[in-house]
Amino acid sequence: MGATHLPSTEFDGTGVDDQREAQAEAVLGDPAVPMVQLLSPDGTLGTDPVFSEYAARLDAEKLRGFYADMAKIRRFDVEATALQRQGQLALWVPLTGQEAAQIGSGRASQPQDYIFPTYREHGVALTRNVDLAELLRQFRGVSNGGWNPKETNFHLYTLVLAAQTPHAVGYAMGIQRDQKRAAAQAAAAGSAAGTQDPKAAVMVYFGDGASSEGDVHESMVFASSYNAPVVFFCQNNHWAISVPTTVQTRIPLSHRAKGYGFPGIRVDGNDVIAVHAVTEWALERAREGKSPVLIEAFTYRVGAHTTADDPTKYRGSEEEERWRAKDPLERLEKYLRAEGLADDAFFDQVKADGDELAAYVRKTTHDLETPDIRTAFANTYAQAHPLVAEELAWFEEYSAGFADEAEPADTEAAN
Amino acid sequence: MTTMTIAKAINEGLRASLAGNPRTLLMGEDIGPLGGVYRVTDGLIGEFGADRVVDTPLAESGIIGTAIGLALSGYLPVCEIQFDGFVFPGFNQITTQLAKMHSRSNGNLTVPVVIRIPYGGGIGSIEHHSESPEALFAHTAGLRIITPSNPHDAYWMIQQAIDCLDPVIVFEPKRRYWLKGEVDTTSPGQSADPFQAHVLRSGTDATVVAYGPLVPVALAAASAAAEDGHSVEVIDLRSISPIDFDTVTDSVRKTGRLIVAHEAPTFGGIGGEIAARVSERAFHSLEAPVMRVGGFHMPYPVAKVEEDYLPDIDRILEALERALAY
Ligand SMILES: Cc1ncc(C[n+]2csc(CCOP(=O)(O)OP(=O)(O)O)c2C)c(N)n1
Repeated sequence: MGATHLPSTEFDGTGVDDQREAQAEAVLGDPAVPMVQLLSPDGTLGTDPVFSEYAARLDAEKLRGFYADMAKIRRFDVEATALQRQGQLALWVPLTGQEAAQIGSGRASQPQDYIFPTYREHGVALTRNVDLAELLRQFRGVSNGGWNPKETNFHLYTLVLAAQTPHAVGYAMGIQRDQKRAAAQAAAAGSAAGTQDPKAAVMVYFGDGASSEGDVHESMVFASSYNAPVVFFCQNNHWAISVPTTVQTRIPLSHRAKGYGFPGIRVDGNDVIAVHAVTEWALERAREGKSPVLIEAFTYRVGAHTTADDPTKYRGSEEEERWRAKDPLERLEKYLRAEGLADDAFFDQVKADGDELAAYVRKTTHDLETPDIRTAFANTYAQAHPLVAEELAWFEEYSAGFADEAEPADTEAAN
Repeated sequence: MTTMTIAKAINEGLRASLAGNPRTLLMGEDIGPLGGVYRVTDGLIGEFGADRVVDTPLAESGIIGTAIGLALSGYLPVCEIQFDGFVFPGFNQITTQLAKMHSRSNGNLTVPVVIRIPYGGGIGSIEHHSESPEALFAHTAGLRIITPSNPHDAYWMIQQAIDCLDPVIVFEPKRRYWLKGEVDTTSPGQSADPFQAHVLRSGTDATVVAYGPLVPVALAAASAAAEDGHSVEVIDLRSISPIDFDTVTDSVRKTGRLIVAHEAPTFGGIGGEIAARVSERAFHSLEAPVMRVGGFHMPYPVAKVEEDYLPDIDRILEALERALAY
């Protein structure tokens, strides 16, 4: 471990910032789990008894990829914020500061895994190959979703906090049953059990504020009771709108896992290498059916909660500055440069790619088509429904009554 | 044809669905070895195992929320809520998540979750064990709500709910769980469409619409009215969302008078919706205002006075008298 005496909490005077034990077992099971960090803010890579092994799997190309992803999503975030300011989006939920937590964890998932985000996981969406312009549909008010989760195994955003956490556990219980049935079928057919690989897991994202919602508790109870292959990924970005984490919990959030009977790990959420390592470990563990895992990514939302919010009303600029010094992109850049893994040409290219993405997003947003309300009639139910049919018929007749009025205007416009 | 109680009919219906599709599974509190507090799932865990008949932690939001996840991963979960008054911790999952998943995914996702809720009073129980909250769910688009009133419907409707691609809430009239009747397990017959109302008794002077626990009461009221020389048609609504307004309005066009009876409080209830629709659709056929017979605007009262709260034969006859007086 590079930085041995990192605090496990930033709370003052609670006495919970116990020091890390060197033993690997303790890392996973000790209630006083300190924070896992591999890449320190000055860009030096440390070691860890458990997670260095995972970090060693990362070659130069992967590390450059992490940087490119983080830079891309930050550029996207800036663009979306600008689009909101220009009135093109009703609202935007910025992620700046949380790039490492999202890219590191998202890149640790496999295509067969299923991901349930909250609403700020644009970086995770990038890692799941969701077309980023599709993320903006919801914020432009042309869809309540915007993409087909079946194509990327990246579920829709959810605005009701924590509501998706039990969905994740249920989905994981489904995977668990699929695997059992496949194994039974394989056994019946005489082939070796377990040939139904690749095994899958589910990962669900929520915030430190959402951790207070009852659904998080219930989903962790279910996950534990049935040993569901699920990884709870809490991005502790320190603020739930204007309310600090200390109002949500008096102990490190990762410690809560102990109460449910599965491992909880706090990881430096601004360290993409550590986040990737810890998440890969957790997902492997879940896929193998060993246990659910709670990961608390200790990070910071550098900007506003949403474009509707003013952080100067509830927090000081010194705090923001302190966290800016831990910037996830800068520290990886320092490391890549120091190790000779990336040069100016690479960083220039990343910047150019970001500008290209921004231009694409800008153009696509302007072009997003307003849906016909008939699609809402069509999608309320999966099967035919007489009330919907009746109301649609009324709507058609009603709309037809305006056809005459619309025509002259159209003709005028055409002329 | 075999004779069985409603509880047994639901049990047999669940058994048929579990046997017919390996992706069907039941989940709820105490539904395993105990067979549920009403024994509706009796014996099923022994036949299908604990992975398919899941005794869950005591957590309604967790039950419904995980059922949504299971449905998203291709399963057909059937949740049991122990009592009507305990569905509310799961209300958020039902109304904000379950009901909307299909529409917010632009039709890409379906969540065929079934929620069984024993409901209604008349069993002398304590607080939160006798409520009729169906209107709270009927108001939410994206849900379907059905309620059987006899064993044959109970047997078929639970299976039809499981087969439905949309989320379905099955309100089970708990005071009728022990009501016996004939079940044709070979064919649903007229009950092939669970969202269609049934005319149980035909008449010419007035129509009484009821559902679930009040259907036998409505039939008894019609018999009593017949002794006074009034011919009353009785409709079992069966589906609360959608409502089969065609069957109701056809009947009103014939009889000219309508009484809607349910246990839930009258104010803001299903009866008001039916009255409004019928007045829109068949105003000129109406000889009298639509009468509603329901519970009072109060929390479900203590068991010792629930007889005064629950609509009974006399309350339906009183409404009939008022309708006939026009
Ligand atoms: C059930 C519910 N209550 C309230 C809100 C309003 N709300 C939106 S975001 C938010 C704070 C969430 O904080 P946190 O969970 O830490 O996530 P973050 O936004 O910081 O990523 C609140 C209170 C909501 N969306 N859902």
